Amino acid sequence: MSRTTKITVRDLKLWYGDFEALHGVDLDIYEKEITAFIGPSGCGKSTLIKTLNRMNDLVENCRIEGTVELDGKDIYSRKVELNNLRKRVGMVFQQPNPFPKSIYDNIAFGPRTHGIKNKSELDEIVEKSLKQAAIWDEVKDHLDRNALSISGGQQQRICIARALAVEPDVLLMDEPTSALDPISTSKIEELVSELKNDYTIVMVTHNMQQASRISDRTAFFLNGNIIEQDETRKIFTNPSETETDNYISGRFG
Amino acid sequence: MTSKLMKGLVYASAAFTFGMLGYLVIYILINGVRFLTPSLFSWQYSTSNVSMMPALMTTLMVVAGTLLIATPIGVFTGFYLVDYADRKNPVVRAIGMATDTLAGIPSIIYGLFGMLFFVIFLEFQFSLIAGILTVTIMSLPVIIRATEEALIATGMPIRQASYALGAGKLRTLFKVVLPVAMPGILSGVILATGRIVGETAALMFTLGTATNLPGSLFASGRTLSLHMYILSQEGRHVNEAYATAVVLLIFVLVINALSTLVSKRLAGGGK
Repeated sequence: MSRTTKITVRDLKLWYGDFEALHGVDLDIYEKEITAFIGPSGCGKSTLIKTLNRMNDLVENCRIEGTVELDGKDIYSRKVELNNLRKRVGMVFQQPNPFPKSIYDNIAFGPRTHGIKNKSELDEIVEKSLKQAAIWDEVKDHLDRNALSISGGQQQRICIARALAVEPDVLLMDEPTSALDPISTSKIEELVSELKNDYTIVMVTHNMQQASRISDRTAFFLNGNIIEQDETRKIFTNPSETETDNYISGRFG
Repeated sequence: MTSKLMKGLVYASAAFTFGMLGYLVIYILINGVRFLTPSLFSWQYSTSNVSMMPALMTTLMVVAGTLLIATPIGVFTGFYLVDYADRKNPVVRAIGMATDTLAGIPSIIYGLFGMLFFVIFLEFQFSLIAGILTVTIMSLPVIIRATEEALIATGMPIRQASYALGAGKLRTLFKVVLPVAMPGILSGVILATGRIVGETAALMFTLGTATNLPGSLFASGRTLSLHMYILSQEGRHVNEAYATAVVLLIFVLVINALSTLVSKRLAGGGK
């Protein structure tokens, strides 16, 4: 199988004020694979995922050095149109955060943002996105209901559908199941495994079983460095570094 | 034992508060309703009918004029302070402090300022415009504070969600944040309206006390509260003052009912 590199991170350093959160990270993310970030709290995995769609721009006093390339183009270059970048690199957050609007309007928000006004076109996108997020059957009869009135697991799938509605290439997921119950979690894991046929997925997780179950590649973070990145199977069965071994066998973290 | 005592105290406090309000309302109704004659609502004021109709209309004009100016300025200032300004910037902190200070100033000071600045310095005379501008300054802090609180309460997650979909700052603010913050902002506007309706000191020396409906922005008039104050102060029409109080009371009740209705609608069916 020939693999194409989708995102390349080279010597990325990041500071919050005086605090250096990432110390020169190198990482390759391949197209149509699931890449998992694992590591103890505060190791920089969430920080790194936020640099991939420049959500870190919203953080005051946050400064970076190094490069992040998407399809070979630097996303921090002046020429990059930020809203366009975020259209291509979607994001799902830890806490489900649907807008307090109807389910329909939640999904249609992104496409409307990018200029789609036609009602039948929007209807089509809404249906397609909800089907992709495996929640269409549950909500198709009440698309006008407030998205906050459904369960947390359903809300998270609405958020995934909302992200898919703008047709991104990459989907970033920052601990998407940590606020959910086990049944919702397994539904979302199933869904994510489905989605990798069409999207490149990057996922931060605290749950090592989750990483080993669904990801193709895993990067292990510790204290702002990536200690090891490799095929998930290799990381979990035969890691090269002792620290990785210690972490996955539960000796710390 | 103590919990019983506390419970008793809580009930007593509640009963006292409701009792006072009830007493006030009933007292005004008993003393006022029987003097509500049709002549009190004739379009022309005369010293014999002491009609409150011009004052009622003037009140509406002052409220409408003030909200027209104060709402956009106040709401946008709130937007600026929450979503644009750098909180640590000394200028921004000064604006925040000024807002708080303005909210605490007694209204007669606004009246004095309005008279010196609008009435005398800008030569507006006693006029609708001088009155409106004075109470505009007075109601700004109320609207700004309410907007700020409502915007802060919407929180980061929905903003992040919007940005992550590629929406810009303006779209995020107007399509995502504003609908959520609307009930809070609206309650600020209603609060300001209440303040305007009840205002006398700031208007007496700016709007003036003319008895007729102001024919232009530069004509003087009087609001209901002012009308009531003058009637009771002159002492010749105390009964009519009570009747005016009844109308003022109804006015305020209607405003409150409307605001509850509107914010319920907005909170329920936000698109």
